[in-house]
Amino acid sequence: MKARVHVMLKNGVLDPQGEAVRHALGALGFDGVHGVRQGKVIELDLEDGATEADVAAMCEKLLANTVIESYTVEMG
Amino acid sequence: MHAAVVVFPGSNCDRDLAVAFEAAGARVSKVWHKDTEIPAGVDIIGIPGGFSFGDYLRCGAIAANSPICRSVAAHAARGGYVIGICNGFQVLTETGLLPGALLRNAGLKYICKTVGLKVETSASVFTEGYNAGDVIDIPIAHHDGNYFADDDIIARLQGEDRVAFTYTDTPNGAKADIAGILSENRRVLGMMPHPERAADAVHGGTDGQALFRALAGALTAA
Repeated sequence: MKARVHVMLKNGVLDPQGEAVRHALGALGFDGVHGVRQGKVIELDLEDGATEADVAAMCEKLLANTVIESYTVEMG
Repeated sequence: MHAAVVVFPGSNCDRDLAVAFEAAGARVSKVWHKDTEIPAGVDIIGIPGGFSFGDYLRCGAIAANSPICRSVAAHAARGGYVIGICNGFQVLTETGLLPGALLRNAGLKYICKTVGLKVETSASVFTEGYNAGDVIDIPIAHHDGNYFADDDIIARLQGEDRVAFTYTDTPNGAKADIAGILSENRRVLGMMPHPERAADAVHGGTDGQALFRALAGALTAA
């Protein structure tokens, strides 16, 4: 089974990469982009029977740094 | 003083750090990331700069979960001394031995230059060779040195005199200009600038020497 983890910088944490992307979009003529936040997606191929709680434990321990990042888990 | 320098795949300042410790009179043991024990009798552990594990996932994140880091945490829990420089600071925040995190530089660029650092406190074995308020010149070389912590943690660090160094002209967006911080017991220091790269006249500066000499003085006497 698969799980997909989305990791994003928390609100209030400046995302300079997202800001650079926003500026680049503006320079290309894409007006009206008020903000860009860049995160990452991590796909896990898991043994059958793995639970969302298992993946959350992986996020807490390694996949996300909860000082600066939040995460969401999608199973299946 | 007996110092252990931890080496991860991708560390590149381990030798420089060992040389700086030795120049101050220390005996140095190198410790590999897969080792599980810190050699007996080690007074201080150095986590060097570099790009441990290629900076994959987050800078320092994989190193922080390597076998040796459990022993580093145990050493710190026993009241042992630890210094983490650059990537080593990132590792120490990822292990939770120091609060906060190091984000991508605000200007997005890797910065490699000598910067002015203000010594904020002389009340630690790392900084007692300086006077509070001294401005020293130390090189930085990082892409992710933008110190971040929430406002409560910043206020606590400042209130408890745990900000060791601030930038005189912040190059990376670091909150409250923070370049280096101390743990609650003042025995763990993390800093982005590289004192080991300003520890010999041939480096072009010797302002980092006082840190290693003070450590050697304090830990040899102890």
